[in-house]
Amino acid sequence: MYVADSRATQSSADGAVRPVAGRRRAAVAPAVLALGTVSLVTDVSSEMVTAVLPLYLVTGLGLSPLGFGLLDGIYNGFSALVRLVGGHLADRGGGRHKWVAGFGYAVSAVCKPLLLVAHSLTPIGLVLAADRTGKGLRTAPRDALISLSSTPEARGRAFGVHRAMDTAGALFGPLVAFLILRATVDGYDAVFTVSFCVAVLGVLVLVLFVPGGRSRTVPVERPTLSAAVRLLGRRDLRRITVCALLLGLATVSDSFVYLLLQRRLGVPDRWFALLPLGTAAAFLLLAVPLGRLADRVGRWTVFLTGHGALLGAYGLLLTSWHGGGLPYVVLILHGAFYAATDGVLMAAASDGVPEALRSSGLALVQTGQALARFVCSLLFGAAWTVWGDRAALAGAAVALVACAVFSLVVRPQRVKGPVAV
Amino acid sequence: MTTRNRVLILVSAVAVLAAIGLASVLHASARADRRNHVQAGGPSVAPGTVTLTGQGRMIFRNMAWGPHRDELTSVPADDPGGARVASGVKCLRFYAASGVGVCLQAVHGPVSDTYRALVLDARLRTLHRYDVPGIPSRARVSPTGHYAAWTAFVGGDSYAGTHFSTRAAIVDTRTGELIPSLESFRIVKDGHPYRVPDANFWGVTFAADDRTFYATLATGGSTYLVRGDLRSRTVTTLHADVECPSLSPDGTRIAYKKRVEGLPKDAPWHLYVLDLRTMKETPLAERRSVDDQVVWRDARTIVYALPGDYGADLYQVPADGSGTARRISTAAVSPAYVG
Repeated sequence: MYVADSRATQSSADGAVRPVAGRRRAAVAPAVLALGTVSLVTDVSSEMVTAVLPLYLVTGLGLSPLGFGLLDGIYNGFSALVRLVGGHLADRGGGRHKWVAGFGYAVSAVCKPLLLVAHSLTPIGLVLAADRTGKGLRTAPRDALISLSSTPEARGRAFGVHRAMDTAGALFGPLVAFLILRATVDGYDAVFTVSFCVAVLGVLVLVLFVPGGRSRTVPVERPTLSAAVRLLGRRDLRRITVCALLLGLATVSDSFVYLLLQRRLGVPDRWFALLPLGTAAAFLLLAVPLGRLADRVGRWTVFLTGHGALLGAYGLLLTSWHGGGLPYVVLILHGAFYAATDGVLMAAASDGVPEALRSSGLALVQTGQALARFVCSLLFGAAWTVWGDRAALAGAAVALVACAVFSLVVRPQRVKGPVAV
Repeated sequence: MTTRNRVLILVSAVAVLAAIGLASVLHASARADRRNHVQAGGPSVAPGTVTLTGQGRMIFRNMAWGPHRDELTSVPADDPGGARVASGVKCLRFYAASGVGVCLQAVHGPVSDTYRALVLDARLRTLHRYDVPGIPSRARVSPTGHYAAWTAFVGGDSYAGTHFSTRAAIVDTRTGELIPSLESFRIVKDGHPYRVPDANFWGVTFAADDRTFYATLATGGSTYLVRGDLRSRTVTTLHADVECPSLSPDGTRIAYKKRVEGLPKDAPWHLYVLDLRTMKETPLAERRSVDDQVVWRDARTIVYALPGDYGADLYQVPADGSGTARRISTAAVSPAYVG
């Protein structure tokens, strides 16, 4: 029984629910659209701050933001661990996903006005750490909610819709921030205040429109930590986690991709900040179609094909072709990689985790992937230092092929069907 | 709760939040208006002619509120609190020597700002113009006026989060030839060639020979003072833990900010002077953390900015560690002594 399954059929007159092509008439659950809206609104809020923060530090406060980057690695590691905590807490209450996620969103919202009073690096660093903690707490319960409110057959599309909405917010946020700065002079306080208002709106949409009812199939006893750990004993989830981890180890971080693109192709400095927008735009446009494709042809197939797109991007960066269209092709492939893997992995992992432990299971996969990517960044940086950027990228490409072949061989058994609890 | 009630709550909340957001934007834009009016008790600023060859003048970015906010202004060097002459040229950062100036400007675009560097002649006319790839921070001109340098913070893209890198550029002001990034220079660290992707340079300062410069190199989490050679395009590490060096007029000492163990993370820097012959470090009398590239007023005195009520104030302190720090000007930043 799926929370949204019954809802979707009841509210099929609702404009938000679209019947789609396919053997079964399935739709994106209202809960998914509500969560997508929450993510969209929250991303507008958080990306507003991220976009103006360097400007604020340097021209507003007269600080050098360099020292600040040093703290960043610590936060990222911390955020990955908080994700596991959030995942476990959400499961523990038996369907407390909404409230744990809501708490995470609320923590991040409260951080925005705090930026108004923090005027030096230490307090600003602490505020950002709290913001990351909120993000870490909410991610797994939110993905579990998306997963629990969708039919297994339509889960890829549900995640696709959510990720597209999320990315739209991320693209929109900086625009809002710069429009406010344009309308004011040094209006950083206005940016932070508006960001706070937008974040509160996100929390409110979550509280009002995301169903928080307990899933009826959740067992009465609370899932324990050891049950969460025993998740790794489940063959499918273990395989997915191991594959995500291995592929994560061969996934060169975004900033390296943009740097390589800039160095290999001579992208002018002034365009450098626009490169991530290219990836995000491709992600935005492809997330839904590739999510739907994943539902039809199999999630693992699309997930691995996505890594093929990444391999294609690496390959193009390794060739000596310097055509003017190359940055576009690389960025589209890079965005396609995210569209084919980010939500699709969550959809695939959902199949291998019982409902009662959904949040913990997804957190496990996400944390494994995040830590693997972090290790990859360190290794790639070291390889770049020792052998140069081209050789480092070639190494990453070879590793990616090896991991992809491995993942193809040990593919999880159940990639489409619903999970037996 | 019925859907109707939920929607009602949401609509009312949107109205309240929109009102708060709008009020904050209006407040900030009204403040912008106020900043265009002269603040009572502030320094007097009048438009006039500013040249980079004037006798005994200090030229800086005026931050006092009023119509000449952010413009290059000049005051007598021996009366820095005196009447300010405003040039009409707006800069975020500025420096000048031998009748050549470098001005780092924001260019207000329809959506976001971009930045550029102008090389100015003695009458503040633009000789050359370059795109700057990020938020500009340090600016310098060589004592001969033949070279100019600037540093920008590159980052600010939404996916890079709080990771920043710097780009330090050097330009030949006579030919206009640009070295966009010092990262193209060969690095010699502790006597050995050193190749890393994570090298960041900032805070260039020039010697009088039109060949030697000093700068900060950051790599692997540490900072170093490097001596650069414009002809061989090489930088060599000299000393650890040096940021934003500034070479004394006689070329024998470097004033810089040093990250001192045990100081709070948000105020980690203390001003020091390094003797290049003995490599002996002398702490200066300024007790506060200074995040600026200092300027040598003369062989004995250095001048630097600290945050103030109107952006920043200028202070001076003896370069030999004696004496005390003294405020010489309010609402001012990026000074250069000319003539």
